[in-house]
Amino acid sequence: MTAIVNDQVDEKKRRWLIVTTSAAGAAAAAGVAGPFLMSWFPSARALAAGAPVEVPIDKLELGQQITVEWRGKPIWVLRRTKEMLDGLEKVDPVLVDPESKASEQPTYVSGRARSIKPEYFICEGVCTHLGCSPTLKKEIGAASDMGADWPGGYYCPCHNSRFDLAARVFKGSPAPANLKIPPHRYQTDAVVVIGEDTKGA
Amino acid sequence: MAVTQQKTPVTGAGPFNGVLTWVDARFPLVRMWKEQLSEYYAPKNFNWWYYFGSLALLCLVIQIVSGIFLTMNYKPSAQEAFASVEYIMRDVPGGWLIRYIHSTGASMFFICIYLHMARGLMYGSYRKPRELIWIFGVMIYLALMGEAFFGYLLPWGQMSYWGAQVIINLFGTVPIIGPDLAIWIRGDYNVSDATLNRFFALHVIALPLVILGLVAAHLTALHEVGSNNPDGVEIYNAIDPKSGKPMDGIPMHPYYTIKDIFGVAVFLLVFSAIVFFSPEMGGYFLEYNNFIPADPLKTPEHIAPVWYFTPYYAMLRAVPPMFGSQFPGVAVMGAATMILFLLPWLDRGKVKSIRYRGPKYRIWFTAFIISFLVLGYLGVEPTTVWGEFGKGLPIVGGDYVALWAARVLTVVYFAFFLLMPWFTRNDKERPEPVRVTG
Amino acid sequence: MNRISRIVLAVAALVPVLAFASGAKLALDKAPINLHDKVSLQRGAQAFVNHCLNCHSASMMRYSRLSDLGLTEAQIRDNLLLAGEKVGESMTTALDAKDAKAFFGVVPPDLSLLARSRGSDWLYTYLRGFYRDAGTKTGWNNTVFPNVGMPHVLWEYQGDQVMQVTTKVDPVSGDKVESHKLVLDRPGKLKPVEYDQYVSDLVNFMTYVSEPAQTNRKMWGILVLFFLAAFAVITLLLKNEYWKDVR
Repeated sequence: MTAIVNDQVDEKKRRWLIVTTSAAGAAAAAGVAGPFLMSWFPSARALAAGAPVEVPIDKLELGQQITVEWRGKPIWVLRRTKEMLDGLEKVDPVLVDPESKASEQPTYVSGRARSIKPEYFICEGVCTHLGCSPTLKKEIGAASDMGADWPGGYYCPCHNSRFDLAARVFKGSPAPANLKIPPHRYQTDAVVVIGEDTKGA
Repeated sequence: MAVTQQKTPVTGAGPFNGVLTWVDARFPLVRMWKEQLSEYYAPKNFNWWYYFGSLALLCLVIQIVSGIFLTMNYKPSAQEAFASVEYIMRDVPGGWLIRYIHSTGASMFFICIYLHMARGLMYGSYRKPRELIWIFGVMIYLALMGEAFFGYLLPWGQMSYWGAQVIINLFGTVPIIGPDLAIWIRGDYNVSDATLNRFFALHVIALPLVILGLVAAHLTALHEVGSNNPDGVEIYNAIDPKSGKPMDGIPMHPYYTIKDIFGVAVFLLVFSAIVFFSPEMGGYFLEYNNFIPADPLKTPEHIAPVWYFTPYYAMLRAVPPMFGSQFPGVAVMGAATMILFLLPWLDRGKVKSIRYRGPKYRIWFTAFIISFLVLGYLGVEPTTVWGEFGKGLPIVGGDYVALWAARVLTVVYFAFFLLMPWFTRNDKERPEPVRVTG
Repeated sequence: MNRISRIVLAVAALVPVLAFASGAKLALDKAPINLHDKVSLQRGAQAFVNHCLNCHSASMMRYSRLSDLGLTEAQIRDNLLLAGEKVGESMTTALDAKDAKAFFGVVPPDLSLLARSRGSDWLYTYLRGFYRDAGTKTGWNNTVFPNVGMPHVLWEYQGDQVMQVTTKVDPVSGDKVESHKLVLDRPGKLKPVEYDQYVSDLVNFMTYVSEPAQTNRKMWGILVLFFLAAFAVITLLLKNEYWKDVR
């Protein structure tokens, strides 16, 4: 005689209890996993460090560009001259995506200038090819070191990607798309906030 | 691929039969399942004391998982450690929960271990043929004390710092090599960044590996000889001739696996109540002074180790310095843990379980448990807690009552072990039943 | 040590009367903590920023976290931040540690965790326990923190207290028994009841700051305990069902 006697087995009840316990156990496991997985999201410190950046632009001269850091990325603020803006139209035929249809940018920037105010161009300085930061080559033609037909723009030294002064990529560059435009809004005429969307746009 | 040995296909796993058959042809899956669970026979008469083994294992898992996630944000440097713990508590999403699980888990681990050891003591689970299970168990206990001690330095609060300072200085009392030994342990002239860094390494990797290995050895030894039970009667003495299985044994799975799940549910209920409603546990699980960053120039007014060390700490304080050295106290404290190893050979009783022991053993056992608990209490309190003896009394006049109480209790603690060969040999034991009861 | 002193110090006495019966026995007043009272916490935050943050930091605490108290980011910026500070920054004092050491003899401690290490009751008693004492460097002393380096920052609100010592002769033993009592010498801007309210708001806030997650923690705890209780019942039923087999 052994200690186990199977004369009162209620298979249905056992099955129901096993299923219920397993379900509750799985729910418990998921509940415990929750906070552990959540802990990998950015901490309050990382969020604070990635908070929107206020950039004063009233001191910016025509043709001058400043670079600010937002979420560890270089953000350019370029004050474009009339000449620079006029040049944008001419290069349309040699661009991959002149209307920036396939490029990442907020809905409130549009057109060739890719900006809210055409004069101020705000752009993420990260090449869409492999993440290098292109340099500004604003001189036009032979005055630049980019050849006589250079219309002014950005040049990525890593793999020779070239962009115009609205960071639209030229045909023949390894970069697949125009540079990204980060969310931004004008707090006042003199201060632009990078990392916050313009509301109502 | 040629499969050398033909095994029967796995059945009864529904849609997984195919996969399991494939695995079983290449790995002893079915054999291990049977040997360790479905055909591992355990006595049918386990009582609630038998929950604490599986619960201690659960604690180990909890500590390893929560510990891994803590290391992802903790910084083992004297400059950053304290702030990084608060960073976990405040800035990391869910970090407070992970930290409280770990701090509560440490104390709950010791609660389970102490109850598990008390059970082994009561039912004679260390007796032949289970001596090695007991020895591995004591080694786990010692490794766990080291693990807890190293871990306690990491938050780099005042209690962390001064606790480590005091314990390391105990090693400094060892004759001749002491002072150099203490410096070697610290890697500096006082507890410092170097100490914290090495304690971190020991806490997160070295000792956990040792503990895991010992747990594997403990369980392997257990499953080799089978479990003891509250009657202390071997179930393999009564074999069913038809099936060849012990008549009072039941398969570990499903009966004890399911029973242990219930134990886990109740345990987690208590565990969660502490984590969510009283993570400090009145200053016993998280000490208030540890919310002050370590300050090497300022000792807190009263320092006491965490509760699970206090019985030994009380013994340390109870032994007066001899020959101008604190070493005798340290030696007594060390001996109090080491003596546990000898237990299987000190016990000369004919029965294993306290149920059939005679009055001598029962009195000694009760005295031992009381002395351990009261020593634990005294280790938390300052020696002034029970006041002083009257100045005029002989010998004890003017001394602290608690100090003398600790001395007496320390003697009781050791006497329980050292006198055991005598009081167990000719005790009026009751006859063991032939088979386990109820 | 705090735990010990708590056992030693009986928590009693609703009026700030502190009897120095023997040595270390001090009664702490119970702080009326209510972490669900957001208005009180907001008032406490304002008091903390106005008075404590001049010298002390709460460096573990981010301003942005004060959204817990029902404040919007704009409210935090407008009411609690100094010019030039960002909402994501931690609450640090503008006072230089070296200057502080020169002024007070010690660097004012960080207050992030003070309510956890000292306890809310201690803080509540401490902030109401300052009295005039010509014998100290600052001219102030404190009932629970003798010869404290900090002067009474809130004296304009509370007014001046003095320690009144009365000596009585015990009729039985003939020993002289001294009893100490704080009395208000010169009233401040607030009535005593109002000052107690002011301090309790501040202590309430500091208790929150010592563990910002605590309200959240207890809320989750209720949920978890209900779940586990149900889980325990199911597993007990399962166990009982299977253990019918065991004779």
